[in-house]
Amino acid sequence: MERLLEVRNLRVSYHTYAGEVQSVRGVSFTLDKGESLAIVGESGCGKTVTSKAIMGLIQTPPGEIKKGSEILFQGKNILEFSKKEWQQYRGAEVSMIFQDPMTSLNPTMKVGLQIAESLMIHRGMSKKEAFKEAVKMLEMVNIPNAESRANQYPHQFSGGMRQRAMIAIALACNPKILIADEPTTALDVTIQAQIIDLMKELQKKLGTSIILITHDLGVVADIAQKLIVMYAGQIVERGNAEELFYNPQHPYTWALLRAVPRLDSEKKEDLISIQGTPPDLIAPPKGCPFASRCQYRMQICDEVPPPVTKISETHEAACWLHHEYAPKVDIPVGRGGVL
Amino acid sequence: MLELNKEKFQILGCEGQNADAIMRPNITYWQDAWRRLKMNKVAMFSMYLLLVIILMCIVGPYLRPYGFEEQFIELANTPPTKEHWFGLDQLGRDIFVRLWKGGRVSIAIGLIATFICTVVGALYGGISGYLGGLVDDVMMRIVEVIVGIPYLIVVILISIVFEKGLFSLILALVLTGWTGIARIVRGQILQLKESEYVLAAQALGADPARIIIKHLIPNTIGIIIVYMSLNIPSYIFAEAFLSFIGLGVQPPNTSWGAMAAFGQQNMDFYPYQLIFPAAAISLTMLAFNLLGDGLRDALDPRLRQ
Amino acid sequence: MTRYLLRRIGYMVLTMWVIITATFFLMNTLPGDPIRNKAKQLPPQIQQNLRKRYGLDKPVHIRYLIYLKNLLHGDLGESIEFPGETANNIIKEKFPASARLGLQAVFFGLIIGLILGILAAFYKNTWIDYLVIFIALVGVSVPSFVVAALIQKYLAGGFFPIVGWPSENVWFSGWRYTVLPTFALSLGSIAIYSRYMKSSVLDVINQDYIMTARAKGVPNVQIVWKHILRNAILPIITILGPQIAGIITGTFVIERIFAIPGLGEYYVASINARDYTMIMATTVFFAFLFILSLLIVDILYGVIDPRIRVTGEKR
Ligand SMILES: Nc1ncnc2c1ncn2[C@@H]1O[C@H](COP(=O)(O)OP(=O)(O)OP(=O)(O)O)[C@@H](O)[C@H]1O
Ligand code: SF4
Ligand SMILES: [Mg+2]
Repeated sequence: MERLLEVRNLRVSYHTYAGEVQSVRGVSFTLDKGESLAIVGESGCGKTVTSKAIMGLIQTPPGEIKKGSEILFQGKNILEFSKKEWQQYRGAEVSMIFQDPMTSLNPTMKVGLQIAESLMIHRGMSKKEAFKEAVKMLEMVNIPNAESRANQYPHQFSGGMRQRAMIAIALACNPKILIADEPTTALDVTIQAQIIDLMKELQKKLGTSIILITHDLGVVADIAQKLIVMYAGQIVERGNAEELFYNPQHPYTWALLRAVPRLDSEKKEDLISIQGTPPDLIAPPKGCPFASRCQYRMQICDEVPPPVTKISETHEAACWLHHEYAPKVDIPVGRGGVL
Repeated sequence: MLELNKEKFQILGCEGQNADAIMRPNITYWQDAWRRLKMNKVAMFSMYLLLVIILMCIVGPYLRPYGFEEQFIELANTPPTKEHWFGLDQLGRDIFVRLWKGGRVSIAIGLIATFICTVVGALYGGISGYLGGLVDDVMMRIVEVIVGIPYLIVVILISIVFEKGLFSLILALVLTGWTGIARIVRGQILQLKESEYVLAAQALGADPARIIIKHLIPNTIGIIIVYMSLNIPSYIFAEAFLSFIGLGVQPPNTSWGAMAAFGQQNMDFYPYQLIFPAAAISLTMLAFNLLGDGLRDALDPRLRQ
Repeated sequence: MTRYLLRRIGYMVLTMWVIITATFFLMNTLPGDPIRNKAKQLPPQIQQNLRKRYGLDKPVHIRYLIYLKNLLHGDLGESIEFPGETANNIIKEKFPASARLGLQAVFFGLIIGLILGILAAFYKNTWIDYLVIFIALVGVSVPSFVVAALIQKYLAGGFFPIVGWPSENVWFSGWRYTVLPTFALSLGSIAIYSRYMKSSVLDVINQDYIMTARAKGVPNVQIVWKHILRNAILPIITILGPQIAGIITGTFVIERIFAIPGLGEYYVASINARDYTMIMATTVFFAFLFILSLLIVDILYGVIDPRIRVTGEKR
């Protein structure tokens, strides 16, 4: 399979008054053509920063992509791109949908034009052609009356429609990779499902590779083939969907799985949120970052960062529990996250 | 390589691990605001400068043995000397003494007008926003009409009906100036009205006046202070303008604006007669504006992290 | 939009009416009457005739109605100080100079202010930014009459004349006379606009939709023009109204210092002469101008901001 993207040892920091916030601390993964990858983790774990880095949207300063980081797009390091290459890359090769559809559309530009803009830039279309194409895009993302909607402004759209419009913008030039940064977090539940279905459908139709970012494991269950679990700027577990849902190997993943709201459960108590808060990324702990919230914490966890253990060809976890000295513990979540 | 000791592999759990995160000192809004203001060197310097200026306005006229109306005709238009630190004006009056005397008027106008505007506007906006409905509608329509009236015209009309001078000036500034704060307070009240503690207070049967005074005003006070601090200089400016064109403070009383007008006529030959009052106005304006900016940064909850 | 516009115009009419009525009754309930003040030495009979001529013999409410009626026909009355001169004529004669000064100052202030603000935002923390901050501080701290006086003293004899005004009111003739007064008058606006524009641009730069535009691969120049500036200018329009009011006030001072034969200076003179017709006329005229400019600003805002264009409501 064709390898589209390879991220190697990505480290990103933000320089603030309080100190250097190490938002992403050595993240590596790959993405193949037609594949869909989900990055899962709590708020603040560095998901958005990772995707911004892939888009080349880290503002410097205050941001900084640390030396030694590599992001290879079709074998070429994007961090060494020229201005021209960047322009061709963004929007045409890789595009991104942002977290909040309410703020990510330009309030003073017609929605149709916002879609047409990328067609004019990348395809060299005239304004008229591009606008026509934009209407088609709006139809494709299931917006009724696309023709008249294209002439409206974002404030005339509902939240779900704005996110559809964002998807239309992102897919306008048929990019190879679509990064969707929590595309459904700001929407209500029924709309969430619609958006995810839409993305699935479009992926099938267009063959786009997707990086789906979320803090809700429930959302990714049936769209992503590959999953990455991030915590405090690092990857703590990775594997394919089956492995992570049926054989999770990291206490943080367990906690996440237990936090997934289940449609079939009526009782509120079934939803267990994770106790405590993530560590301060200005001074990350020297051992395992999850230690302060981990039920299985051992002395070693505080002192030495856990090594990555290979569980299968595709499955890895970074936890001391896999060390030969560690006591054996049962996976506390049932198959498929059922308690 | 680190030696891995088997003993280190015993499950301890995470009880009490997050304790330090919760132990952060719990500082109040005002402490936090004050801390931020103190870090802002420019704002602090402006504040001290203003204190010095105000202090000089209070004691300045007594530092020299001359009355502010006292004329030394034979010394008229004398540039600064050892006896007359800032020189004398064309009627032979000591500019140093007059400057601080005039400063009292300028600053007093800024403070008094701002204070009255704030009280009137906050009450009006508070009542309007709190009662809502038809009352709010009517009250806001009135505001919209008043906003359209230029203050200069009000000043002129009032100074014709009453006398030109301090009272007319303040009255006119107040008549047109209270609407800004009324709008701000109303907007805040509308937001806060929906919030839980007000609903709770209402459920407990607290009466409207009490709710406004006890709950709503304290919550808007930050914005009001910022607004006030930026209003004071604009009133000082307005006074200077009006006095400059002869519609403000009348002789024998004086203000910085009036002194500047007087000095401007003599500008070609005796520039110091303009420079002292002009510098006084400019420094005061500068300090108030910078302090106002600092207060805004320190108090605005939206900027708070 | 039409409804919104009608509502705005409704307020404008109402405000005008309040101003006219208040001014009228204030002027007419003053102790003493203008004729007695002006013509004390004349025999009572002539005073009486004069009163008749100015309609002052009728009861106040009748005079008020007559005044409103005349006003609707655009008739502002006859000067008491200069009998025979109508207020309309005086305004027609004096206003062009003020209008030119005011408009030039508004546009100059706006353009320079916006440019400085944009530069300061894009070159934040460089010498350009610091220079703009300095200009902004001077602009808000130093009154325009001081600036004007300093200009007169230190630029005397230079390329730009320091007093006077082109006598022919042809817009391009004698432009040199207008340069210094325009500059003195607009310095305050430059300061305010540059400050607001800078923070507005910085605000917009950090908005998500700018990130969206970058993610689309929009070239920088286009991002600045199409996405940043348009959105950044919007909030500036809300301060245009108060700024125009400031400019009108400012012309009074600047006209005096630069000896410009404008309406502002005339207004002040008529106040000191207690020429009631002229005070009324000029007040109504200035109020109208002011309210009209507020209206124009509002409409402009509606045109530029689609959120208002459609719903007719500010957020
Ligand atoms: N511009 C910035 N300046 C300083 N710190 C930043 C900045 N952007 C992100 N960070 C920090 O980087 C860390 C990771 O942020 P990121 O936005 O990637 O989180 P996230 O996983 O996307 O969370 P969420 O689910 O809330 O979107 C956070 O601790 C955040 O405080
Ligand atoms: S390394 Fe230790 S603290 Fe970290 S997740 Fe594993 S068991 Fe828990
Ligand atoms: Mg995020």
